[in-house]
Amino acid sequence: MTDATALLTTADGKPLKAALAASLATRRRRAFLLVAPLFLFIMISFIVPIGQMLYQSFYNDTFSSAAPNLAEWFDANPEGSAIDESAYAALAADLALMKKDKTAGAAGTRINYDVSGTRSMFTSTARKADKFEPPFKEAVLAEEKKWDDPNIWRAMRSASSPFTFDFYLAALDLTRDSSGSIVPVAEGQAIYKTLFWRTLSMSIEITALCLLLGFPIAHLLAVLPMRKAMLLMILVLLPFWTSLLVRTTSWMVLLQSQGVLNDMLVWAGLIDENGRIQMMYNQTGTIVAMTHILLPFTVLPLYSVMKTIPPSYVRAARSLGATSWTAFRRVYLPQTLPGIGAGGLLVFILAMGYYITPALVGGADGQMISNMIAFHMQKSLNWSLAAALAAMLLAIVLIFFWIYDRLVGIDKMKLG
Amino acid sequence: MKKAMMLTTALIATGFAASAQELNVVSWGGAYTVSQVEAYHKPFTEMTGVKVNSIDADNPATPLKAQVEAGNVSIDLADIELSDAIRLCDEGLLEEIDPAMLPPAPDGTPATEDFVPGAIQDCAVANIVWATVVAYDASKFPENPPSTLADFFDTEKYPGKRGLLKAAKRSLEMALVADGVPGSEVYEVLGTEEGVARALAKLDTIKDSVVWWEAGAQPPQLLADGEVVMTTGYNGRIFNAMIAENKPFNIIWDGAYMDYDLWAIPKGAPHLEDAKKFLAFSTDTQRLADQAKYISYGPARKSSSALVGMYQDGKTEMAPHMPTNPDNLTNPIWTDPTFWADHDVELSERFNAWLAN
Repeated sequence: MTDATALLTTADGKPLKAALAASLATRRRRAFLLVAPLFLFIMISFIVPIGQMLYQSFYNDTFSSAAPNLAEWFDANPEGSAIDESAYAALAADLALMKKDKTAGAAGTRINYDVSGTRSMFTSTARKADKFEPPFKEAVLAEEKKWDDPNIWRAMRSASSPFTFDFYLAALDLTRDSSGSIVPVAEGQAIYKTLFWRTLSMSIEITALCLLLGFPIAHLLAVLPMRKAMLLMILVLLPFWTSLLVRTTSWMVLLQSQGVLNDMLVWAGLIDENGRIQMMYNQTGTIVAMTHILLPFTVLPLYSVMKTIPPSYVRAARSLGATSWTAFRRVYLPQTLPGIGAGGLLVFILAMGYYITPALVGGADGQMISNMIAFHMQKSLNWSLAAALAAMLLAIVLIFFWIYDRLVGIDKMKLG
Repeated sequence: MKKAMMLTTALIATGFAASAQELNVVSWGGAYTVSQVEAYHKPFTEMTGVKVNSIDADNPATPLKAQVEAGNVSIDLADIELSDAIRLCDEGLLEEIDPAMLPPAPDGTPATEDFVPGAIQDCAVANIVWATVVAYDASKFPENPPSTLADFFDTEKYPGKRGLLKAAKRSLEMALVADGVPGSEVYEVLGTEEGVARALAKLDTIKDSVVWWEAGAQPPQLLADGEVVMTTGYNGRIFNAMIAENKPFNIIWDGAYMDYDLWAIPKGAPHLEDAKKFLAFSTDTQRLADQAKYISYGPARKSSSALVGMYQDGKTEMAPHMPTNPDNLTNPIWTDPTFWADHDVELSERFNAWLAN
């Protein structure tokens, strides 16, 4: 039997197994070539930039490349060594180097992330650095006496290695004290943990609201006669096609204290002129606007799932004696789960990273973590901290994705 | 690593074309860019035949930094803020500028003496002085209108919402001036722990009444909508609403926060010589005075003040609206870029944490 199989050949005499493998390989290559443009596009415009960004969250060589002598000194002298003349000599040499390469500003900025008020020490001392003569300790301290602050030396030691987890510490409201141990930041400076919690709770609220509001709409869409369903569908899709910015601004027109809604309430006599309700520039405004903007993302997957549920199932349940509530709960609802899962997960992930709407209508307490990431990207230019915050946000989303996969199963998700 | 990243970003984000006899000038857009096009770009093209491409950016320092670090520069000249001018110069991203290339005033005063103090930096030259001021809706306070920064913080005497820029810079300084610190001593106070606490405590008194804004176009809008009765804002934008749009707004010049906008040339600018020519041309006495015809930002040269005439509508005298008018300089806060370079990280963190809690 085995001999017979081994002898099988194609018409031109090649062994069948080899011929089959060759033809499969050709097809695989062709298939790969077809997806290659998309693959390349995703690699270049998505995977590589995200990878580079994440890399920045633990790799920052602005100080280490500007101060090679100090890096060498820190390598040779372990933590706790006295900051002696040789250290100051390395510092003086590096400051002179910074002056030559014009890197004092960048290097100072890096240390300034850890110890406030040090950037100008670098720029001003570097300006005089080529005139320093031994003993360097006196020369440097004569220029700027704050150089003997152990905190600065601790920060320089930590920055002298390009690989660092300091930015993750900062993103968790932690810092290092002068002895190098990890401690929480001062009371008035802690912000990121609060914002992570707020982002999480707001996203969950928005997801719940979207599901609650989207479910009946999707059901209506699925059971109405074609013509009416189309009309309703257009009402769902029209805002979906409208620019995000336009929709956010429309909510501002509606919700502001001199806005349409407040005007109507005043006109109806429900509130008086001085009692106008603050519906915007706070969390309420953000949640209302974001729920509206994200609603189609729950309606569409739910609709596509509900469309496939034969109405006869519920009818059968009713005919077997189930109340309408029981029929809904035990027959209809379980069948819509793939849609609920897809819509919920989609809205939740989008909400976690939302940026424009909270920036415009969020005011002070409606801000989310993405607004801080934008702040560090655009204003403070601390890209490493922005990258660390973004990496943590990504990790949180992935954790939720994993939990979802465990509870519901990602293969059961139906996006439309 | 960073270079590769900048390169991909620059590849995706920019599409400037560079060719001979052109100059790519990046500025802030809106009425401000219009004033530059009218006062600088058009006469320069007329005189030299060099075409000036005006490009808008949210903050011209951002694409400039990205381009120079990627080694793929298409910007010839950028209009940037003082703090950015100093920072980018420190980082070696800007061409150094020799003050000798700047033309003297018509009466022969050398440029170095003609410009207001601090306007000529190592790598940048100021063209305008602009102010962040408090503006209020005059129709809301017909009697006894507010006149000081302290009034801005007094919600009992002047009830209503306040608009405030969502940033540590400016908010903290203005809070201190409102609390009685003279404008000239603000940075000494803000440099201490007690000073920061004092500024935040002052801001605390109006925190519940504040509508925070981020873009320069928002404050006049907030005032016009009646969303706030008083707001901080950029004086040029407020002026535009007052004069061009006839809104009943007024400006409080007490505690005005003064800043410069400067021209800077990135390292590796494709048309370096023309860029230098343009820089010298656009910062001469007449050109700076011309710009004031289109927007109420003060010329950075003393000799320009006398030449500032009417607004383009032909009936509004510009001088009273200039931040550099002596009548308006009663208690100014001159921005301190060195202070902010050092304390921006810490104070922004404190401010953001204060805001979020």
